[in-house]
Amino acid sequence: MPLDTNFTNQKFKQVGTRPLRPDGVDKVTGRAKYGADYNAPGQLIALVLRSPHAHARIKKIDTSKAEKLAGVKAIITSADLPDLTAGDRGMRDMLENCMARKKVLYDGHAVAAVAAIDQTTARKALKLIQVDYEILPHVTDVDEALKPSAPVIHNDIFTEGVEPKPTKPSNNNKRASFGHGDIEQGFREADIIVEHTYKTEQTHQGYIEPHACVANVSPDGQGELWVCTQGHFVYRNQCAALLGMDISKLRVTASEIGGGFGGKTHIWTEPLALALSRKANRPVKLTMSREEVFRCSGPTSSTSIDMKIGAKRDGTITAAHGVLRYHGGAFPATWAEFGAMTAFACYDLKNVKGESIEVIVNRPKTAAYRAPSAPMAAFAVESAIDELAKKIGMDAVELRIKNAAKQGTQSSYGPVYGPIGIGATLEAAKNHAHMKAPLGKNQGRGMACGFWFNFGGQTCCDINVTPDGTVTVAVGTIDVGGSRASIGLMAAEELGISYEDVRVVIADTSSLGHNDMTDGSRGTFSTGLATIAAARNAIKVLCARAAKMWDIPEDAVVWEDGHAKPAGTNAGNFPPLSIKEIAAAAGNTGGPIAGHNELVADGAGVSFATHICDIEVDPETGRSTVKRYTVIQDAGKAIHPSYVEGQYQGGAAQGIGWALNEEYIYGKDGRLQNAGFLDYRIPVCSDLPFIDTMILEIPNPNHPYGVRGVGETSIVPPLAAVANAMSNAVGIRLTHIPMSPPRVLKAISARKH
Amino acid sequence: MAEVHLWGALRPIVGGALSVSVEAKNIRELFKTLAEQYPAFEPHLQRGIAVSINGKIYRDTWDQALPEGAEIYLLPRIPGG
Repeated sequence: MPLDTNFTNQKFKQVGTRPLRPDGVDKVTGRAKYGADYNAPGQLIALVLRSPHAHARIKKIDTSKAEKLAGVKAIITSADLPDLTAGDRGMRDMLENCMARKKVLYDGHAVAAVAAIDQTTARKALKLIQVDYEILPHVTDVDEALKPSAPVIHNDIFTEGVEPKPTKPSNNNKRASFGHGDIEQGFREADIIVEHTYKTEQTHQGYIEPHACVANVSPDGQGELWVCTQGHFVYRNQCAALLGMDISKLRVTASEIGGGFGGKTHIWTEPLALALSRKANRPVKLTMSREEVFRCSGPTSSTSIDMKIGAKRDGTITAAHGVLRYHGGAFPATWAEFGAMTAFACYDLKNVKGESIEVIVNRPKTAAYRAPSAPMAAFAVESAIDELAKKIGMDAVELRIKNAAKQGTQSSYGPVYGPIGIGATLEAAKNHAHMKAPLGKNQGRGMACGFWFNFGGQTCCDINVTPDGTVTVAVGTIDVGGSRASIGLMAAEELGISYEDVRVVIADTSSLGHNDMTDGSRGTFSTGLATIAAARNAIKVLCARAAKMWDIPEDAVVWEDGHAKPAGTNAGNFPPLSIKEIAAAAGNTGGPIAGHNELVADGAGVSFATHICDIEVDPETGRSTVKRYTVIQDAGKAIHPSYVEGQYQGGAAQGIGWALNEEYIYGKDGRLQNAGFLDYRIPVCSDLPFIDTMILEIPNPNHPYGVRGVGETSIVPPLAAVANAMSNAVGIRLTHIPMSPPRVLKAISARKH
Repeated sequence: MAEVHLWGALRPIVGGALSVSVEAKNIRELFKTLAEQYPAFEPHLQRGIAVSINGKIYRDTWDQALPEGAEIYLLPRIPGG
C-alpha cells in the first residue's frame, strides 16, 4: 500500500531530539574513509593532461614517447572514449567535458590521461605527450559572449525559445520567461522605480575534499568504482552509459564526502579512471589536485542581471522585471532559467516578469551550487527592494512584510502557494533582538530574504531487523550533513525503539534500487519518506510474526512503543512481545524480518528564509568584517535540530564568502589566475562571528511529519543581506559581487571625489 | 479537458500562447498528447519536464491524475546542489 504522505501533526518521542551523529566519532578520529583513503592491490596512479588554452582546435596528440616510458601502463585520449551517446546532447556534453574531442573549450579541459606505476612516472609521461593546438579566439565574460563580435564557441548551438528560430549559431543557447500580469501597466502605476544592472562573479563550492576515485575494471567486463560523490547511483548510470557497460556490471561504492554542495553531482574524472583501468587491466586511482578542482570541476555561473522594481508610496510593489544572464561554462545549460524562476518568489506581485538568457563562455562546465542560481537573483532583487524602501522612507522589513507571498499567492514562476513561511520568517526577523541591538562606528545592518524549491525524486530503503532485535537501515542517498542521524531518528520513531538500536548505512549500488542524488535538499525529505514507509512495512511483518507466536490472526495484533500487543481483549490476553523477542524467534516464524520501500517522493515543500547581517567596514582599506549574523528559516519540521542549524550556518558562511571575497579571476589569455585557496579566499572560522539560527516549523502538508528540505535556502539571502548591510554602513550601494576590499575602497573613493 | 500553463521557453511551440487545452486524465496522457499535437515538445519531454498540479510539483509520476479544474503548470525540472 502506498504511503499516505499527508501531514498528521503527530506527537514525537524521538524526532526533534539531538543525539550524536553515527559518523561523528570516525570523522573526528580520522577513521572515516574519504575518496582518496581507499587503495586497491596493484593499483596504478592516474594523472590528466589538461589544456593551457581557453579555446583551441586539437590538431594532433602524440602519445608515442609517453607510451615508451617504463612504468606507464595505459594512456587514453578521446579516441579511447567513442561517442555512444546516440544523439543525447546532455550525455555528449558530459563526455566531451570529461575529455576534449576536436576542440578544447576552457583552460584545464582534459586532453589525455595516463596510468602509471606511481605519480612520478605518470607526471613524466604527461610531459612526454605532445599536443599540437591551433589557438582560437576565446571569451570568458558573460556579457562579452553575447556581443556580435564574440567568437562563437559551438557552431551547432542556435538559440532555443525564440521565434523565428535563429539561422546563425550563437553563444546564447536558450531564452525563457516566467511571470504574470502586465509589467508595463505596473510600472506606470509606480511612484518610485529602482533600476540597476547587477553583476556577480563566478564562485566555487569550495568543498575541502578534492574529487577522488579508484576504478577497477576486469577483463570479464565487471567493474568497481570507489568514489567521492553526491550520487553514486547516478555516477554508475552515467559512467556505464559513456563506457558502453551494462549498468548492473558496475558496482559503485560511495566514500564519505568532504563537502559537495552540488559540485559532486557531476562526473569529471571517473570515466577516465574506468577507461584507464579497462585498458591497463589494473585498478586505477585518480585524485584531483586543488588546482584541478578549481580549473576543471564545476563552479557556479557568473551573472549579469538587469533589475527594475516599482512601488507606490505606501510600499505596494506594482511591477518587477528582471533580465538574467547566466553562463553555463563551455556547454549549453539552463542556469538563468532557475534564476528567473526564483528571483521574485518571496513576493505577492500583480505584475512580474523574469526573463532568462543562457550564455556559453570559455570556462569550465558549470555545476549546481547550493540552491543553484537563486543567490545571484536574490542579490539583485533584494538589493533593489532595499533601495526602494530607502527611497520611500519605509522600514526595509515592513516593506517586505507588506509584499510577502502567502498561502494562495500566485508565485512568480506560476503555481499558487500552499502554506509557506516567508511571512513568518519576516515577522521573526522584525521581532528578533538582533534587529534592536546597537551598532558601532562604521557599522551597518542589512537584511534580505531567499527562496528555494526543494524536491524529492526516486528513493528506496531497506530496513532489516537483526537477530538481536537491533535494526539496520540501508539507504541510497549520500549523507552530506548528518542525514544518517535524521534517518535513524525517523526509523526509531516509527518502530518505537531506541535511536541507539538503529544503524543507518549508505548501501552500494548493487545492494539497493536506484536512488537519485543527494541534491535539491531532498535527502531527509525523500529518504525519510522511504524510511517511514519501510518501517511501517517491517512493523506489518513483526505483527504477523507475533500473531504466529500467539497463534492468533494477524489483524488481531497492533504495534505500540516497540512492542506487538493484542488488538483488544477478544484477541487474547498475551503480554506484549518486544522487537527483540520477535527477532529472536524469527528463524522459527518465517525467517529474516525486513521492510522495504521504493517511491518517487513528490511534494517537497518550498522553503523561505530571512537573514540579518551586521557589518563593519574599514573606510581606509575597504576591508569589511561581519560582526553579527542571524538566519531565520522555515524547516517544516526539524528532525534533528542541530544538523538543521548546521545547514543554516553552513549556507550563510558560504554566502558571506561569496558576497565579500570569492571570485574566479581570468587573465586576458583566458587562463584562471587564482586556482588555489591562497588566492581564492573562502572564509574560515576566524573570519566569521557565531552564526545565530532560528528554526521555524510551518509543516509541509505533503509529508507525514511536515518535513521540508533545509540544505540550500540558507545560501540564498547572504549576498543581498551583506550588500544591504554594506550600504547602511558606508552609504554606498555596491552592485558587483564580491564586495572585496579593492571594490569597496574604489566605491568609497569615488563617492569622496 | 485540462488547461495547461506553459513557461516562456515552451510558448513558441504553441504559437506564443500562455496555455493550451489538453484532453488528458493523467501526466502520462498529458505528455503523450502534447507530443502528438506539438512534435516540438518531444526534446523538452526527453530532457524532463515537471508538472505542478494545484501547487504540488511532480517530476516522474506518470499516473498522477489531473483533476477537473486543477491548476496545472509545466515547469523545468529543478536542479539541486
